[in-house]
Amino acid sequence: MVDARAAILGRLAKALRHDTAADAPAVVQRLNEKARGPQPQWPESMRERFLAKLAKVSATHAELGSRAEIVQAVGAYLAAQNLPNHLTAAPHSLLNEVAWPNDWRLEQRRARGEDRLGLAVAFCAIAETGSLMLLAGPDSPTTLNFLPDDFLCLLPESRIVPRMEDAWALLRQERGAMPRAANIVTGPSRTADVEQTIQLGAHGPRRLHVLLLRG
Amino acid sequence: MKPSSHAFAENARRALHDATLQQALAKAGVGFVDKRRGAIAGLPEFEALREAGRAIKDHSLANLDHYLARFEQQVTAGGGQVHWAETPAQACAAVLDICQQAGARMIAKGKSMVGEEIAVNDALEAAGYEVVETDLGEYIIQIAHEPPSHIIAPAVHKTRGQIAALFEALHHRPGLTRPLETVPQIVDEARQILRDKFLAADVGITGANFLIAETGSTVIVTNEGNGDLSATLPRVHIVLASIEKAVPTLEDASVLLRLLARSATGQEITSYTTFFTGPRRADDLDGPEEFHVVLVDNGRSQMLGGAYHEMLRCIRCGACLNHCPVYGAVGGHAYGWVYPGPMGAVLTPLMVGLKEGRPLPNASTLCGRCEAVCPMSIPLPKMLREHRRREFVQGLTPPRGRWALAAWAYGARRPWLYRKLGRWMVAMLKLMSGGRGRFRSLPFAGAWTAARDLPAPQGGTFMDQWQRRKHHG
Repeated sequence: MVDARAAILGRLAKALRHDTAADAPAVVQRLNEKARGPQPQWPESMRERFLAKLAKVSATHAELGSRAEIVQAVGAYLAAQNLPNHLTAAPHSLLNEVAWPNDWRLEQRRARGEDRLGLAVAFCAIAETGSLMLLAGPDSPTTLNFLPDDFLCLLPESRIVPRMEDAWALLRQERGAMPRAANIVTGPSRTADVEQTIQLGAHGPRRLHVLLLRG
Repeated sequence: MKPSSHAFAENARRALHDATLQQALAKAGVGFVDKRRGAIAGLPEFEALREAGRAIKDHSLANLDHYLARFEQQVTAGGGQVHWAETPAQACAAVLDICQQAGARMIAKGKSMVGEEIAVNDALEAAGYEVVETDLGEYIIQIAHEPPSHIIAPAVHKTRGQIAALFEALHHRPGLTRPLETVPQIVDEARQILRDKFLAADVGITGANFLIAETGSTVIVTNEGNGDLSATLPRVHIVLASIEKAVPTLEDASVLLRLLARSATGQEITSYTTFFTGPRRADDLDGPEEFHVVLVDNGRSQMLGGAYHEMLRCIRCGACLNHCPVYGAVGGHAYGWVYPGPMGAVLTPLMVGLKEGRPLPNASTLCGRCEAVCPMSIPLPKMLREHRRREFVQGLTPPRGRWALAAWAYGARRPWLYRKLGRWMVAMLKLMSGGRGRFRSLPFAGAWTAARDLPAPQGGTFMDQWQRRKHHG
């Protein structure tokens, strides 16, 4: 395939009249500057905007005053959906010290095909579109975001940023490099492939429930 | 797939007489158009983003060699591998090679238009692999043994009843009597069947909406979550991408993402937008062990810098299909290859040859609606005209068209003759219409008068009317 590489890059360089393979100054500048395009504006607060957009994509949320309320909020969701007290949670620091009731079965691991409910912690959220961003890593297995029927996601309110570009800035600042997968999740899974009728729960979660942690 | 674009006229005639297809098309067209309009009305910055998006693509294409090299460097640094393919055959060979080395048996596939272009499923199945399309629309057409009829809604031509019948025939086993009538029942059936496939697959193949040079990331935009499951559960993840997908930075992709979802489905953003960068890290709990990107050229490097350069800005949103009166009337299959509608009428002749694809640029009124709604402002009608010009120059235009054009050109170069003939035609037609002002039928114009009347000329030729007005001030 070395030949194909040389042939393709050669044709491109010829068509573009580029003499050398060295990066043009404009290219280096562009990659370093990371300039933003036009930024959509809105009048509401970030929190209001995020919650309004979240509702628009058929996701639900609960508000938590502190981490002590996590068990109660998850319990309320399990009861409302009539689910057994089994959950698979991400091995995340915000969840490690939660005192789960003794009669719950809780496992902190990646998700498997039979898991009904997954609980993870978002890296951040994007107010513009009501999206959650999750980064694959030891504290956030990607399978949790996609395999269980019900996906619960803990989001500290301080982690809501205005736009996707702000999420990238946060990622560069805190992580330095891209994880294997950066998932921007906006609502539950959906399809319109049968007669353009929107149906939730195509292959991914049927429901998305955000636990918004104040402070 | 073997193209049948040369038979467009026949394909279109069949489509127009297919009542079920017409029913499906009528349902689809309005929905897409309304949803897009609503989404754009809700974003005052849309036009500014459209201009910015176009500039990003223009810059990316003007430096495509640099950005592809940087992308490759970053993929490799992250532990992935880039494979370059000039032709569909080379691309399929690269995929087969990866699958063979991985000892794969089953392959889960996310939606990929370049996958259709290189016919990777045929290549994999011929080599004995089981390939399962996991996007619901793609799965439906895979089990129906049909090509996609729309670039973002591949099964848009199928009605609910047809889909239920397909599932019934394939999934129905003794003792299994799940009802299959409503949309939720059909979607649930596919979810259950495909869930096992995801979990059993050895290799996952997805497409890419964008390639990020800065980070070596590939981006997919989906609603179902099947692309993410295909990329996460199997041991090996292969990304199929055409070379024009490269953009410089994450910020540049963010601009294009705002345009893509709104133009395609009228969503502000799709349910899942994912950036993949390399294989699983040492401390990751899941994800594939191998990450491969197959970069496909297939004629694109020859489009660069030429008459069809601007087509490389296309982000495959499908807006031009949804707004095209011809696509809306005949559907995607009539176009006879992978890409239908206006973008397909430009791309198909470039990829399968003008001889095979020549009816497509001619099957257009050049009404310009495609260009007007294109988020990348691609001058599609201009490129359709360029195809027609080349067709004539290369002598591919059929004799009847050539003679008609030659006769018209003969007259156009002799104004006195043209006017004389014009006056004679007007007088004749007026006489023949017998004062009714219109024709119910007319020799040589049966195709026109079959569905509507032809108005009879009123008040002389254009030149005569022009002269009269000049004199009367």
